Amino acid sequence: MTAAMATLEQSPSGKTSGLKAQLRRAERLRKIKAVALIAPLAIFLIIIFVIPIGNMLWRSIDNTELQQVMPVTAAMVQEWDGSDLPNEAVFASFAHEIRDSRSGGGLGRIGRRLNYEDPTFRTLLTNTIRHLPAEADSWTLALQEISPRWGETSTWLAIQRAAPATTDRYLLASVDLKRNDAGKIEAVEQNQRIYQSVFKRTLLIAGGVTLICLFLGFPLAYLLATLPTGTSNLLLIFVLLPFWTSLLVRTAAWIVMLQSGGLVNTGLIMSGIIDTPIQLVFNRIGVFFAMVHILLPFMVLPLYSVMKGVSPSYQRAAVSLGAHPFAAFWQVYVPQTISGIAAGTILVFIMAIGYYITPALVGGPSDQMVSYYVAYYTNTTNNWGMAAALGSLLLLATLLLYLIYHKLVNQKQLVRS
Amino acid sequence: MTKTTQPKAARRIINTTLLTAGLALSAGAHAFTVISFGGASGDAMQEAYYSPFTEKSGVRVTAGDYNGEFARIRAMVETGNISWDVVEVESPELARGCFEGLFVPIDWERLGIKDQVIPEAVTECGVGIMVWSTVLAYDADRLPRAPESWADFWNVEEFPGMRGLRRGAKYTLEAALMADGVPADEVYDVLATAEGVDRAFAKLDELQAHIQWWEAGAQPPQWLVAGDVVMSSAYNGRIAAAQEEGRNLQITWNGSVYDLDYWTIIEGSKHVDTAYDFIRLASQAETQSVYSSRIPYGPVNPDAIALLSDKQAAQMPTHADNLVGALAMNTEFWVDHGEELEQRFNSWASR
Repeated sequence: MTAAMATLEQSPSGKTSGLKAQLRRAERLRKIKAVALIAPLAIFLIIIFVIPIGNMLWRSIDNTELQQVMPVTAAMVQEWDGSDLPNEAVFASFAHEIRDSRSGGGLGRIGRRLNYEDPTFRTLLTNTIRHLPAEADSWTLALQEISPRWGETSTWLAIQRAAPATTDRYLLASVDLKRNDAGKIEAVEQNQRIYQSVFKRTLLIAGGVTLICLFLGFPLAYLLATLPTGTSNLLLIFVLLPFWTSLLVRTAAWIVMLQSGGLVNTGLIMSGIIDTPIQLVFNRIGVFFAMVHILLPFMVLPLYSVMKGVSPSYQRAAVSLGAHPFAAFWQVYVPQTISGIAAGTILVFIMAIGYYITPALVGGPSDQMVSYYVAYYTNTTNNWGMAAALGSLLLLATLLLYLIYHKLVNQKQLVRS
Repeated sequence: MTKTTQPKAARRIINTTLLTAGLALSAGAHAFTVISFGGASGDAMQEAYYSPFTEKSGVRVTAGDYNGEFARIRAMVETGNISWDVVEVESPELARGCFEGLFVPIDWERLGIKDQVIPEAVTECGVGIMVWSTVLAYDADRLPRAPESWADFWNVEEFPGMRGLRRGAKYTLEAALMADGVPADEVYDVLATAEGVDRAFAKLDELQAHIQWWEAGAQPPQWLVAGDVVMSSAYNGRIAAAQEEGRNLQITWNGSVYDLDYWTIIEGSKHVDTAYDFIRLASQAETQSVYSSRIPYGPVNPDAIALLSDKQAAQMPTHADNLVGALAMNTEFWVDHGEELEQRFNSWASR
């Protein structure tokens, strides 16, 4: 309405301005249409992707349990200097707030949070709440009477560490570091160290699976692309066949194949190659077998689609000009498939890095990847802070590797052109 | 015409639906609701507990099932909208919920069955329903003689071959300490000390090369039958099922670690009196034996064993012979120390 009135008013003053307004209106309409077309996808992405990932990143530093359940104590204990015991006001507010925390599940939340600082804290809180007097002249003495641990500064230092709104403990713990009582960052005890090696292992397994997939997938894709259509379509069905079977079934099938009384071992023993069964499953070998099998189609398909578009005449021209057939293949054919190699490797690597159920079933304890520990903290112990921290680091590692890779591939293509 | 009648008909339908829904809701506010894990166990409970209770007291039991979602109970108590009265929970959830004040503390004087059930069935907020156990299982066709304890499990000279253990610290550390000569009733005292944990891991070092770690409860019987392992820790129900299929799998009950499922009353329930009556009836020898005859989970009332057939009774974790040298799972210990010990276990197992 207003736009129409504006054009009506403007039309007597000159033709050019009316044309401009019409143009602007058309442009605006087109923009609105474009936004409207994009909107469902954008909203979907925000709800399904951006918000949960943002929430996960936030949870890895979230430390608001104590602030929510014991706002007064949390504020006061942060001002305490940590040298001597906190004053009576802190003790009193703690005693009152812990009594109120029992209703509404607050006690469970702070109990869980404080247990990360010291695994005996939950028992201490249970005892305290059970023996808490209704009134006391001095809460400092009353609490210490229930347990002498309330008279130790280390107990209150643990509460102090749980008091700020954010914490780096989960992120530090997921690279085997922690803060000591003095607040300095140090490595955790030798027998608790695990995540640095888990991250290394995850990258190693994912990298290994990607390389094997490339070596197996490249010749296969080449064969598919060069064979007559009828034969190649038939072979392509064999490549796609595993897609129609559940991942769990395929993983379980590998266990049946590879176990010591399984097909492979029985076959090898019957043919006299080995005397005793070799361990092929519940170790790294089994993980590689199963993961390569499951991920191979993701390498073959992008390679195949690129190779299908490469004309064989370039390679023939190179040979006719006197190049060795291998040189013609390596210097003329392979560079033309680089975008397929890039797409295939990045796809397989990113899928492999998050693998959980396959290593859990066919691997041993030293073959578990980061996702296994994310699942453990999410499902078994409800420590979502640790799960989020491990997940965030995995996300970060993937993004970094992707950026490096992107740069490398782009440079190669630039050099070629 | 049709245009005017249609909304009327629709409105009538809506009105009737609302009325019935309202009736159902108001009835729901008064019905006594018992929630279990359902499945085969739930069917056995219907026959053993719910029907006899209705027959005896005239109170209809609204039975339901859930998958142990703790968040659902928490939400119910926090919003004050209590639609469940008695719920079956596993021991870690019982410990957490009791700590958080989600369950009504049990008045054992009033319940009056404290001396009829095994001591582990008596807790602050829960009454034991049945017992399941993690046992040492073996294929009797493959071993020269029956292993008698976890020490035999560690004896690779006399019993060569791989062993199956659950991938995790829970059950594994207990077994290691018992193999090292710690009596069952001292295991958790030893494990609570730093030296005790070191001792358990040192014992595991001895066997590490011979262990094949399982993840799912279905794996141990399968591995035993296939001959991948000669002995394994396993859940007793799984071994009983394999025995029924005709496999010669046997159980060494000495050193078994047993755990319970519990009845608990939700805080804010309006049927606490009925709940006490129900739990009392469900803990009797007669009702418990009906349940255990349907499914191989042990009764918490030892008198129920005598009412079972000899073959069934021998499969029960709470059979007097099977309780010799058995260890009760200490849930409080694992709720407190679980994360730290699991991390150390994973660190150790990765080496």
